[in-house]
Amino acid sequence: MATISELRVHRGRRAEAWLLVLAWAIAVLARGLVDYHADFLELDELGWYALGAAGLAAVLHVALRVLAPDSDQVVLPTVLGLIGVSLAEIRRLDFAYADRGRDTDFGDSQIGWVLLGALAFIVVLVVIRDHRVLRRFTYTAGILGIILYLLPAVPGLGREINGAKIWIGIGSHSLQPGEFAKILLVVFFAGYLQTNRDALALAGPKFLGMRLPRMRDMGPLAVMFAAALLIMIDQRDLGAALLFFGIFIGMVYVATQRVSWVVIGLVMFIVGAVAAGIAFPHVGARYDAWLHAMDPDVYSSGRSEQLVRGLFGMASGGLFGTGLGNGRPDLVPYAESDFIIASLGEELGLTGLMAILTLYVILVQRAMRTAIGVRDGFGKLLSAGLGFAITLQVFIIVGGVTRLIPLTGLTTPFLAYGGSSMLANWIVVALILRISDQARRPAVRAEAKPETTPAARRRPDLEEEPAE
Amino acid sequence: MNDPIRRLSVVALVLIMALMGGSTWIQVLNAGSLNDDPRNVRTLYREYGTYRGPIVVDGIAVAQSAAVDDPYGFQRSYTLGPVYAPVTGFYSVVYGRTGLEQAENTLLNGTSDALFWSRLGDLFAGEQQQGASVETTLDADLQQVAFDAMGDYSGAIVALDPSTGAVEAMVSTPSYDPNVLASHNASAVNDAYAELIDDPGDPLLNRTIAQTYPPGSVFKLVVSAAALEAGYTPETSIPAPDVLDLPQTEATIRNYQGESCDTNAEGRTTLADALRVSCNTAFASLGMSLQWEGIERMANAFGFEDSFDIPLTVAASQLPDDPNAPQTAQSSIGQYNVRSTPLQMAMVAAAIANDGVLMKPYMVSTIRSNSLQVIETTEPEVYSEPISTQSASELTDMMVDVVANGTGRSAQISGVEVAGKTGTAETGTDAPPYTWFVAFAPASDPEIAVAVLVEDGGEGATGGRVAAPIARQVIQAALSGGQG
Repeated sequence: MATISELRVHRGRRAEAWLLVLAWAIAVLARGLVDYHADFLELDELGWYALGAAGLAAVLHVALRVLAPDSDQVVLPTVLGLIGVSLAEIRRLDFAYADRGRDTDFGDSQIGWVLLGALAFIVVLVVIRDHRVLRRFTYTAGILGIILYLLPAVPGLGREINGAKIWIGIGSHSLQPGEFAKILLVVFFAGYLQTNRDALALAGPKFLGMRLPRMRDMGPLAVMFAAALLIMIDQRDLGAALLFFGIFIGMVYVATQRVSWVVIGLVMFIVGAVAAGIAFPHVGARYDAWLHAMDPDVYSSGRSEQLVRGLFGMASGGLFGTGLGNGRPDLVPYAESDFIIASLGEELGLTGLMAILTLYVILVQRAMRTAIGVRDGFGKLLSAGLGFAITLQVFIIVGGVTRLIPLTGLTTPFLAYGGSSMLANWIVVALILRISDQARRPAVRAEAKPETTPAARRRPDLEEEPAE
Repeated sequence: MNDPIRRLSVVALVLIMALMGGSTWIQVLNAGSLNDDPRNVRTLYREYGTYRGPIVVDGIAVAQSAAVDDPYGFQRSYTLGPVYAPVTGFYSVVYGRTGLEQAENTLLNGTSDALFWSRLGDLFAGEQQQGASVETTLDADLQQVAFDAMGDYSGAIVALDPSTGAVEAMVSTPSYDPNVLASHNASAVNDAYAELIDDPGDPLLNRTIAQTYPPGSVFKLVVSAAALEAGYTPETSIPAPDVLDLPQTEATIRNYQGESCDTNAEGRTTLADALRVSCNTAFASLGMSLQWEGIERMANAFGFEDSFDIPLTVAASQLPDDPNAPQTAQSSIGQYNVRSTPLQMAMVAAAIANDGVLMKPYMVSTIRSNSLQVIETTEPEVYSEPISTQSASELTDMMVDVVANGTGRSAQISGVEVAGKTGTAETGTDAPPYTWFVAFAPASDPEIAVAVLVEDGGEGATGGRVAAPIARQVIQAALSGGQG
């Protein structure tokens, strides 16, 4: 391995600055429209918002110039674009709820979460100057990740909200530890697979024209599968299990290049999911609500009502949407969190949804490009793993809302209301940019800074595995 | 590891493209059926969430929408609900729409193509889509008088302006209050609706246009018209036996309470006298000698067997299909299979009043956008010319005689020449007869034509006793309103 592709790098982060202006304009315009349609438009308030957004973008831009000057220039504007649109939509839902006599301040508190997330972003970039440091915490991350995943199961700590036990309560606040566990597990997988990829890649018996791995190497897969099952059973949440297992399979594939792992993993997951559907009524009910969503009995039982209401909303939006503030997204339960994509689909139309999904494509493809560009295997696995994690998460929740797959309670990165998700995804982006900084750093400059290289040499844990 | 990463990024792309495909399916390809799904309250809310235009009578809104603080956004309310219920209909979140609420729905809710430019204006002004106001031809005072005149009777009144066809009053009793059905409380609406449906008086029925009744003797106007057009004059002598034997059967036709109506004791009378005293035997034999085809052609020219929109849909009044001689005799006195809406009989009176020219009835005069711009106005339209001016004038004199000296005396108004015709249609042995009175006035220059139907006038009720006094009140109100 150790294949290095030379990246054509634009210097100076000027492109990012221009893209940030674009993202800023979208965010301010969206909020202005929402306020206007809610008869709430006060120009000085919008002005403060515009100023604040510009300040945030500027701070982040400068932070990247200082902390990760060579990192990808598209990622940050993409993230801020997504956040800008979602803040407007969440604020719009506040207005809609207020019209119906329900006092919410999702919009304002989400701004708080965005700021906190941005702070976490900077902190990660400051603390982690080289992503390879993380490899030292492979097993720590693994254990911590599993613990976080299982925390909601602890009696007294776990909270069940909307039928899924994926929350823990801290005082009056609740937290979704799964969002953070996701990052820790990607770190763990990257470290573990980088160490053991040679063994896992070894050829085993041939079956149906496909070379299977050796049986003795199936251990980790079995363990992960068991963990995924445990999550599914314990948390009544298919989404987290699918996300967890899917990330693992994807990363194993990247590490070993063996399609057989993917096939085995998929077969195991499908068998497990079907078995869970038969064994556990609440999982079976989810399948039922998915397959027969429009069925009057299923609908009136309430099982598919939320899903179908979301579909109605998206359908009413049509190609161009009702316009921000002109639809009725508040008719869908959890329109600001789980169903934010249906809300956006209703008000921005298919056109807007395509744009949002394209932003995700851009984000994920930049992560993948970073994985290709970075020189060390751990970085490759980490970046590809984080990129794939975003993809899977978007796929699972948006696929659930659009009835492509059964609906599960995952958050939509950067769009859904919620602090845990916002914080965790900012950290993901910080890590991707940290790796990207390394990937795109020109060889000349890397040599010109000899003080970092010897330091790394003195730490065997940061050294790369022998090339294959 | 770069090759698998590239493949993984293709997988990631495919996954998100699958989402794009799923969204396209929902938002475009399958959007129609999702939007039409009855469980989709959005379509309903969008409709209810826009300002709906008012229905206006004499400059006053009898149906209007006001913003309210509930998911529907606007509450429909009806001023003088029961008085105007047959006109406005109701607008319910549970049971949909009737009346003008239904007939002019796209104008009221603002989605009509006629409002395209107005909508475009709203769009640029950043305003919400607004419905247009529907101004009716009704006369508020007349409607109120007519409604009060019906009292506790079950029946219908239609008043027309003979020269234009404009509907000036439309009363159907018993009535109901559309406000209870416009409530946003679904269970209250359900209860109220169930009660209205179970009510034996059938208050939801618009008796003026949606129900047909045997017209009885008022149909003699149509037969008289056919006779005049066939060359008869008011003075033409026609047979008027006390008992008319119907050919091919054992049945006979007698006059009301077996009275005799020959004027010269020779078993004959004139056409004018036959109408004045509403002589059954004379008209039955006249009908047989005219042949049914002639009467049918005349009835069709007056609007029978035609369903049309005013814009409320008027049920077609019915004629028998190819009757034999005795059936023709029965039909000629408005029995057998002749059935008429009250509006239809008002049209007969209006055509006679308007020199033989029947104007198409209409009840919406003007549509105005929310910016008060006129979108549409209804121009009076000729429906048909069933009789000549000469025949119309002769028939008018005959009808004046009915009120002055005949069965319609109780419709007399001092100082005004009223032309009218009574009708009493047997409905069966037990039930009270349907009593009718159609009239217009002043006979020389008619301003109003009216048809009154009372379903339950009681034992021994006749058109002259029950319906004619009601018509008199309406005509009086119309004429005094015209002066004042």
